[in-house]
Amino acid sequence: MTDAKNSEQPILKAEHLGITFGGLKAVSDFNMTIRKGELIGLIGPNGAGKTTVFNLLTGVYKPTEGDFWLDGQHMNGKKTYQVVRAGIARTFQNIRLFKQLTVEQNVLVAFDESFSYHMGGAIFRTPRFWKQENEMHAKAMDLLKIFDLDGLASTQAANLPYGQQRKLEIARALATGMKLLLLDEPAAGMNPTETEDLLRCINTIRDRFGIAILLIEHDMSLVMSVCQRIQVLDYGRTIASGTPEEIANNPQVISAYLGADDSDDAEADSTDHATPEPSIAKTMQEGAR
Amino acid sequence: MKKSMLSTRQSYLVCFLGILASFGVVMALCESGIANSYIKGIMMTACIAIIMTTSLNLTIGVLGQLTLGCCGFEAIGAYVAALASKYMVAAGMLVDPTLRFLVTTLLGGVVACVFGILIGIPALRLHGDYLAIITLGFGEIIRVIIQNLKVAGGMGLDKGAAGQALIGIERTANLYIVFWIMIITVVVLFMFGRSRYGRAVKAIRDDEIAAGASGLNTTYLKVLVFAISAFFAGIAGGIFAQYIGSLNPTMAGWLNSINYVIMVVFGGMGSITGSIVSAIGLTILPELLRAFADYRMLAYSVVLVLVMIFRPQGIFGSWEFSLPRLVNRLLFRNPKAEAEEKAEAAGKTDDAAETGTETEAAETAATTETKEA
Amino acid sequence: MTDQIIMFISQLFSGLKIGSVYALVALGYTMVYGIIRLINFAHGDFIMVGAYVLMLTIPAIVAAGLPAWVAIVPAVLVCVAVGIIVEKAAYKPVREKGNSMTALITAIAMSLLLENGAQAIFGADFQTVPTIFHLPSIAFGKLKLPGDTLLTIVLGLIIMIGLQLFVKFTKQGKAMRAVSEDKEAAVLMGINVNSTIALTFAIGSGLAAVASLMYCAAYPQVSPMMGAMLGLKAFVAAVLGGIGSIPGAMIGGIAIGLVESLTKAYIGTITGGVITSAFSDAIVFAILIVVLLVKPSGIMGKNEGEKV
Repeated sequence: MTDAKNSEQPILKAEHLGITFGGLKAVSDFNMTIRKGELIGLIGPNGAGKTTVFNLLTGVYKPTEGDFWLDGQHMNGKKTYQVVRAGIARTFQNIRLFKQLTVEQNVLVAFDESFSYHMGGAIFRTPRFWKQENEMHAKAMDLLKIFDLDGLASTQAANLPYGQQRKLEIARALATGMKLLLLDEPAAGMNPTETEDLLRCINTIRDRFGIAILLIEHDMSLVMSVCQRIQVLDYGRTIASGTPEEIANNPQVISAYLGADDSDDAEADSTDHATPEPSIAKTMQEGAR
Repeated sequence: MKKSMLSTRQSYLVCFLGILASFGVVMALCESGIANSYIKGIMMTACIAIIMTTSLNLTIGVLGQLTLGCCGFEAIGAYVAALASKYMVAAGMLVDPTLRFLVTTLLGGVVACVFGILIGIPALRLHGDYLAIITLGFGEIIRVIIQNLKVAGGMGLDKGAAGQALIGIERTANLYIVFWIMIITVVVLFMFGRSRYGRAVKAIRDDEIAAGASGLNTTYLKVLVFAISAFFAGIAGGIFAQYIGSLNPTMAGWLNSINYVIMVVFGGMGSITGSIVSAIGLTILPELLRAFADYRMLAYSVVLVLVMIFRPQGIFGSWEFSLPRLVNRLLFRNPKAEAEEKAEAAGKTDDAAETGTETEAAETAATTETKEA
Repeated sequence: MTDQIIMFISQLFSGLKIGSVYALVALGYTMVYGIIRLINFAHGDFIMVGAYVLMLTIPAIVAAGLPAWVAIVPAVLVCVAVGIIVEKAAYKPVREKGNSMTALITAIAMSLLLENGAQAIFGADFQTVPTIFHLPSIAFGKLKLPGDTLLTIVLGLIIMIGLQLFVKFTKQGKAMRAVSEDKEAAVLMGINVNSTIALTFAIGSGLAAVASLMYCAAYPQVSPMMGAMLGLKAFVAAVLGGIGSIPGAMIGGIAIGLVESLTKAYIGTITGGVITSAFSDAIVFAILIVVLLVKPSGIMGKNEGEKV
């Protein structure tokens, strides 16, 4: 599953990562390697443990087994803000913005780490305070421009339309200055135009910032068209991983999505399966092209 | 972005002049003899209430966490300052009353702040109702402990009887000095609120999980806010002790804390202007309505329920009065800018990154009152 | 039996006496919190309302030749009415518009309203409630267990079991559980959320009336502020037992009563005079703090984390 040609250190390496909630194995033996500039898809049926993986990688949950490294740095047991400062940022399935703050302030909050003035600077309004506030304002506007949000900088975040809230959340994640971006169903609830717009954004930011992206998404055509590699989860376990073409033709994946009774059986005999439901297989294959 | 007519520097200057002017009013009232000792007393109480309310607003309005233990910290500050003052008088240290007042009050604030940190670290792991009840619990524990401390005028731990008052504290609090302490408090809280700290704290209020995922050390920031609130509550306590001259442990009780919570809520969640106005208003009103003193809390509770039903964000919401903005409007009339002002006044944007006109809260008792009236 | 053991057991009994009242009050707290996630600060004051009703009606009832405890009927009626009015007039509108903080402030305001309203009507002083029960004490050798304590405990157990059965098996009980799990989903299932919440308040307030009867039987005085501390301690009991859990409220109430009575009697001796009986209120709050920090779900409660 790895491209041997790339020998440089991976951005993210997860080995046998897993978590148990009161006897229930939500995720087990999760392995993943992400290199710089890669866009990886994480898919699976509802409740397969995709968001739990995100929560593990961002320190919301502490893994009960396995380890993960960011740029070679061991990240187990780190608090969320430490993980974020080390370089993993995320968006949420149900949008979580700072609703009463303006669009610009949402971004500025994520820049917080780049500020170096302290309480004294804030209270006495030192030159350093003004210099940094102005610099960060300019940086925030640059970032918002990428998402066409610069015109809305002083709008309250809660008043943005849905699609723009999604974009703002991504902009805010980018502002943390991360190396790995985790996107949790960014296209959920979007219409086709908005999805296309989002797609363009994702590609732009990957090229421009040279970061790695891990994407959870149910919109198969989106996943198939942008991801270089895809990993499929079912019942917390990885059942397949590979290129979009491989995944689209993997009978186990298809049966997992269709809910065949032996879907979680790793030794499921692929030839026994009847022809997969045309619609899903078709979307997958079309997207893969 | 609107075109601000006053530069940042000019705006600060305008605010400073506004503060000076209001100090002038206070001074004129006192020196001319219009304000007798009764009115001076009300002004003093109002200053203490403003310090308590604006600092409490940082926790309730800006951080969005209800605490019911602020008077515990006030009491700690009061008792520390009182005992330090008594000790110094007895030992013949710091003979100058003003200096002693400042040192002991600061000491009260620092000790209250230390307790704020010690209590805040465990308590702030909780949210909402549980945080409210746990801070209430801490406040009550502080009250009971003070009640039983021999050094605080109680009967002593071994006696176990109810406490009595701590008396004989030198009354060194001077209205002019207290006025400036109040101004410093308001300015510090305002500057804090309009900086990266204020932004971060508001982000935690809006969504704590997202704040963590944006790289904020939420625990540190919450404890910081709690400690700042406790520090200023301690300062207020120190002033109170050296103004009244005697202390009673009941001041730490939760009913007293609720009094300040009511002031914050009436004024507006997160609005320093609101806190100042309601602190002044709710200090003066009971004096005017002495005849109905028995019904004061009854009326408060009815109004509180009505405010919660019809205007849960408080009277001023998060709106802030701005003297530079007012000057801009008066000097440079401009319909477009005015329209923007209106949109802003509607409380839509919390602090719309307009650093140019951001010095409004440095408003004093007198000016704010007249402007709002 | 040595005197010390007799003393210890009689302290246990006095702990049971107040603990059984806490348990009754805690049942009301836990039901309301379970369904709307609000600390109903005014709940303690419902007891005060009930106590004043008892004080006013008992003389008339006794004069009519009925036993004094019949006064529970008007007390329950008034308390239920007050509970429903508070919910409909204050909590419901605030819940629909505000957040959890505004709801809590409203609850505090309602508590202040009831306390100060009672003070305006009856004055701030303590007043005496006529004797309610004439139950014989049950003697175990030298020990005497007051009959009303025993009655309170038995009543508490009956109510607890009754509530548990009601919540588990009746249609309204199931609706309550559904609303407490997920209001939106409950609406979609055709449950009338508002009337379910009102019913919960009615039951909680009715329990408060029962608690006021048992409280006045044990401590025959009323004052406008009597409910404040009682309510807070009962809330601590509900948290200790596990908020939302009916048996938990019972266990928590008894536990707090025992702790309070035993600390009053022994803490001075145990700590060598460092901490004295004057700290009994502080100790109750210290228990609350420890429970909230160590196991916020309490003895019988379930863990609930925010879903990310």
